[in-house]
Amino acid sequence: MFSLIQKRRYFFLFSAFLIVPGLIVMLYSLATTGTLFRLSIDFVGGSIYEISFTGPGATEANIQDIFARFGDENASIQQLGDPEQHRWSVRSSIQESAVSDQVLAELGKIAPVDLDRSRNESVSATVGEEVTRAAVYAVIVVGVVIIGFIVFSFRQVPNAFRYGVCAVAAMIHDVLVVCSVMSLAGLLFGWETDALFLTALLTVVGFSMQDTIVLFDRIRENIPKYLGEPYETIVNRSILETIHRSLATQLNAFFIMAAILLFGGETIKQFIALLFIGLVSGTYSSIFTAVPLLVAWEKGEIPFLNRPKLEPVEA
Amino acid sequence: MSHHIRWLVFILLLSAFALWVSLPDTQSIVVDSNNDGESEFRLNIQQSLGLDLVGGLRVLLKADLPAGSYTAEDLQETANNVSKRVNALGVTEPTIQVLQGSGRILVELPGVTDPQEAIGVIQQTALLEFVDFSGLGGQAQTYEGRKVITTEQIIIQQQRASVAAESSVEPSAEATAEATPQTETALPNPQTNQPFQTVITGAGLQAAAAEFNQDGTWHIRFELTPEGGQLFGPFTAANIGQPMAIVLDGIVLSAPTIQAELPTGGVITGNFTEQEAKTLALQLRSGALPIPLSVESNERVGATLGQESVNRSIRAGVIGVIVVLTFMLVYYRVPGIAADLALLVFILLNMALFKLIPVTLTLPAIVGFLISIGTAVDGNILIFERIKEELRAGRDLDGALVVGFDRAWNSIRDSNLSTIIICVILFFFGQTPGASIVSGFAVTLAIGLLVNLFTAIIVTRTFLHILVALLRQPLVERKWLLGV
Repeated sequence: MFSLIQKRRYFFLFSAFLIVPGLIVMLYSLATTGTLFRLSIDFVGGSIYEISFTGPGATEANIQDIFARFGDENASIQQLGDPEQHRWSVRSSIQESAVSDQVLAELGKIAPVDLDRSRNESVSATVGEEVTRAAVYAVIVVGVVIIGFIVFSFRQVPNAFRYGVCAVAAMIHDVLVVCSVMSLAGLLFGWETDALFLTALLTVVGFSMQDTIVLFDRIRENIPKYLGEPYETIVNRSILETIHRSLATQLNAFFIMAAILLFGGETIKQFIALLFIGLVSGTYSSIFTAVPLLVAWEKGEIPFLNRPKLEPVEA
Repeated sequence: MSHHIRWLVFILLLSAFALWVSLPDTQSIVVDSNNDGESEFRLNIQQSLGLDLVGGLRVLLKADLPAGSYTAEDLQETANNVSKRVNALGVTEPTIQVLQGSGRILVELPGVTDPQEAIGVIQQTALLEFVDFSGLGGQAQTYEGRKVITTEQIIIQQQRASVAAESSVEPSAEATAEATPQTETALPNPQTNQPFQTVITGAGLQAAAAEFNQDGTWHIRFELTPEGGQLFGPFTAANIGQPMAIVLDGIVLSAPTIQAELPTGGVITGNFTEQEAKTLALQLRSGALPIPLSVESNERVGATLGQESVNRSIRAGVIGVIVVLTFMLVYYRVPGIAADLALLVFILLNMALFKLIPVTLTLPAIVGFLISIGTAVDGNILIFERIKEELRAGRDLDGALVVGFDRAWNSIRDSNLSTIIICVILFFFGQTPGASIVSGFAVTLAIGLLVNLFTAIIVTRTFLHILVALLRQPLVERKWLLGV
């Protein structure tokens, strides 16, 4: 039988290769911008504009000029799509709706704005703070509830605590991967962390659990079935038995998400991309992080977690 | 076998019902069992679309007073006033929601194209006026409920026009249309053809309350501020016996006759019922004591932009589903047919539930639904992989089917449950006004996962058993038909 588990050190190394640079990027982001991610107006307040002018005339300079007149020297301005369409996107720190309306009126003087093809949103700092607070609560509650859920799911398995810890480790792995990608994309492409980012992150946590639970379920079922076999073999067998399912499920999720990425609207592409990365990471981590970790623990390879009465570890 | 047939009939009936409900033309469910033309049961079902899909304006208004200086009722009254103004704008299906506790009012106006106008109309505090109707005599009563033009309104319109002139967005037809679209032209004083003379506004009013009379009728007692009394006293003294009008936001609420000089306040009598009296007192009070509102956040989406999002989402969804259907068919063969049929049932049930519950579809909500389609096939994949394993292990066809469904159930239940829990938490996170788009995603994903518990197990099992019964011989002879 092909043994994945024997190669666990490589998997741990691979995960480290993913996560350590991610952590460095996040720390760099923290050092240079003061936050782990580029936070969107959902959290800090401000306004975004997606403007379609009906004619030519708009340039980065004259848009910049208008925002500067209303006190925002650092508005980030981008042309969207085909230059023929005269579409621009602006992110600004202006929080007051009234000022935002005046800005829109000024922009209308460059060339008439096609309101039907434009959108704008402004959020006050107070609302942003509330969203931030709610987001922190949501993350804490998800953490507590998921751990409780795992403890409950595996209550009849010997060493349920280990399964729980390993599932959480896989979950943290996925959270770190998604956060790293977000942090990097924030620095490179200006992706902004909004309420949907948190939604993607927490959904990834749910799917990550889903994958890990399916796999652990199989191990739970196989232990009494193959009583003579060493733990490592049983675990390996369980992975091989469930890998078809993991791949088939991944593929279907991939089909749906690829369709949305290719044909869906602009505004949710970032959300879908993160969800997809998280989903891949979730499948990877359940097979290559959670389970190998379980074996390493069983075999006493993890420092400080050795069971006193363990059989000698084979090479 | 017979119970599979029963299930099949049930599933087909349910799907037919779901298909009917999800058809765009189905707008309501009406039950009229005895055909007397009066329905015993009526449920309006129209798929509501979020602002990001139809375009429009969403404004979060905050009471511009320190917390504690107004009551929950005051806020509700203010929201009622906002509601009235929004109706005057002619918006279809507006949402006005009071968020007690945070002192906020959330207003959603689908289809509004000019945000400045809408916000201006909402923010303006209620204009209550006591208007000179002298000389109208018995004619005064006929003005009740109608719109009149007054001197005070002219002043306010001029102020607004000068503000608007400084900031016009687009010289389009909509923007240059009159500032407040009115369903009825405001009537001037028929004697002079000039606007009616405003005596005092709500600013001159201190309090108003509905009171009960000895004879069983109701009246309204109001008190004036000293400034209000200085104007109202002499006016009433000069016009005893003449009618005057109480006008709220241009609409004549009532046209009582002046009985005496009223320098500090007075009583409005009339043939009021309890409800009418209380409503009028409330309107007087809210005209006198409005909570000023400030805009805390707003979002405006152009209608064309929204329509493009709808078209793109539908296209993405259809393409994604076709690819998934094809994959399941190619990879799992005959079981794949069962999974595909179950997936179609799944989609129908979801779409029907969105209308029945009802769920407002937004872009993230559509994404949640599409993602749940991906998860829906996961249940089938778990089962089919299990069946394949059991077949390879040498079990016969029927045994493999039973074991496959049995064993996979625990995994499907536990794994779906973990995501449903996350959805519940996300839903509550989405209750924060600034993160409301999250709710739509959480709701549709959770509904999808719950429906999946039914379709992945019962619907797929029924279809698969019936397919196996029909194709038993070829299936036993050619294992590849089962994807093995």
